[in-house]
Amino acid sequence: MKTPFSKKTKAAKKPLTVDQKITRRNFISFGTFIVFGSAAYGGWKWLYNSPEETATVTAGARKPLRRALNKTELAFRRLFSNNNLVKTYPKEMAAKNVRHNSDIGSGGKIDTAAWRLQVKKQSGEVLKISIDEIKTLPRTDIIYDFKCVEGWDQISHWGGVKFSDFISHYKLDDHAQLEYVGLETPDKNYYVGIDMPSAMHPQTLLAYEVNEQPLPLKHGAPLRLIIPVKYGIKNLKRIGSISFSNNRPPDYWAEQGYDYYSGL
Amino acid sequence: MKVIKEKHPLVMRWTHWVNFPILTIMIWSGMLIYWANDEYKITLFGHTYFMFFPQWFYDKLNIPHRLAEGMAFHFLFMWFFVLNGILYVLYTIISGEWRELLPQKKSFKEAWLVLLHDLHIRKMAPPQNKYNAAQRIAYTAIIVMGIGSVITGLAIYKPVQFYYLTWLCGGYHLARIFHFVLTIGYVLFFIIHVVQVVLAGWNNFRSVISGFEVINEKPKPIVETNTPKDENPIQ
Repeated sequence: MKTPFSKKTKAAKKPLTVDQKITRRNFISFGTFIVFGSAAYGGWKWLYNSPEETATVTAGARKPLRRALNKTELAFRRLFSNNNLVKTYPKEMAAKNVRHNSDIGSGGKIDTAAWRLQVKKQSGEVLKISIDEIKTLPRTDIIYDFKCVEGWDQISHWGGVKFSDFISHYKLDDHAQLEYVGLETPDKNYYVGIDMPSAMHPQTLLAYEVNEQPLPLKHGAPLRLIIPVKYGIKNLKRIGSISFSNNRPPDYWAEQGYDYYSGL
Repeated sequence: MKVIKEKHPLVMRWTHWVNFPILTIMIWSGMLIYWANDEYKITLFGHTYFMFFPQWFYDKLNIPHRLAEGMAFHFLFMWFFVLNGILYVLYTIISGEWRELLPQKKSFKEAWLVLLHDLHIRKMAPPQNKYNAAQRIAYTAIIVMGIGSVITGLAIYKPVQFYYLTWLCGGYHLARIFHFVLTIGYVLFFIIHVVQVVLAGWNNFRSVISGFEVINEKPKPIVETNTPKDENPIQ
């Protein structure tokens, strides 16, 4: 009986000539190349034209890119350890002219005597702390390489109280169990959200001095955040209030398309 | 007679062509980032010869004021860049292809001869296997550069968590400069690479897509035709 699979029909097939083989392989490989190439181009177009994320604590980035930023943050946060200290330098290396980039939330004058740091507790109670009182807490100095998200860096010298010392002094340890700290300028025009491990990092300061002098207005008098494990954008000047939360507090630059974590 | 000669394995073709758009995106998004602090220039004896980059260049490519966007793209595509690179390096190691790629002792001397040959100064090029001496050096260097970009990149991306990498690069400031210089290196590599590919012609280019080259081989006689020695003894 004859079947289509019989040996005879198979044997009747002539082997391909070299030229046929070349044509066939060219067709397959170039075809694949063009298909994959077009798919890649389409994928890029899709990503590039993808809609902006819905504005929440973060905004201004393409939806898939924001998702990627957040996933990448999670991946790198696993590596984060408070044992990793920022490199410090001798005092002589600190810049005399400390660079200043922005005044958002800290422009204009402020009466430092009347200023009070407001610490918003979970109970609704608000601590109001004067700068003199903060200066009585144990003092810490740090001379490190300040890094701006723009790409410049500068060794600068800051003095103040460790955020973790501040927490324990005001018996806020239970608040430090929450996941985030939010800081705001008195006029609420600038605000940052910081994950608790970074805030409690031993080199994070509530700073009131630069180069051993009281902070000038442009550097955030009377009290600013110096958080060496973050880019400059998180180093809020002229702190008005501090709050604690398990949700991400609003963050000025995260609303402009920047990574929320912005950790170094 | 035409003969098909296998040249580039699929993994090498794949990683090569995947790398091309990824590296393009990395360089582009890198420029969006660099713009925010574009302080590098070529200065000799107080005279500035070139600013990275001139304003017309920025405007042409629509680079200004896109730092956040640049970072978002850069920190997504870095994963693909690294994964693709790891795939390539692993493949070359496991397949043994590295033997064709790593420079040998003689490669450094020979590369000079290859250069002279390519510039039409010298007639003969040194004998080679799959790649000539100059290619061995270039294709190994580009991988070293890729690793360099990842190391310097991590050094400026997470200088606290990867402080040892930052230290290795001579600090944060220097790491950023190296990261930039390596990118300039890619652009120079790309230019020479494309010129060489154009000069090498279609057969060579096709092999990077379809994997084979077509060569003309003289047909070999099937029966050995050694002249019998004892028939015509020479006296």
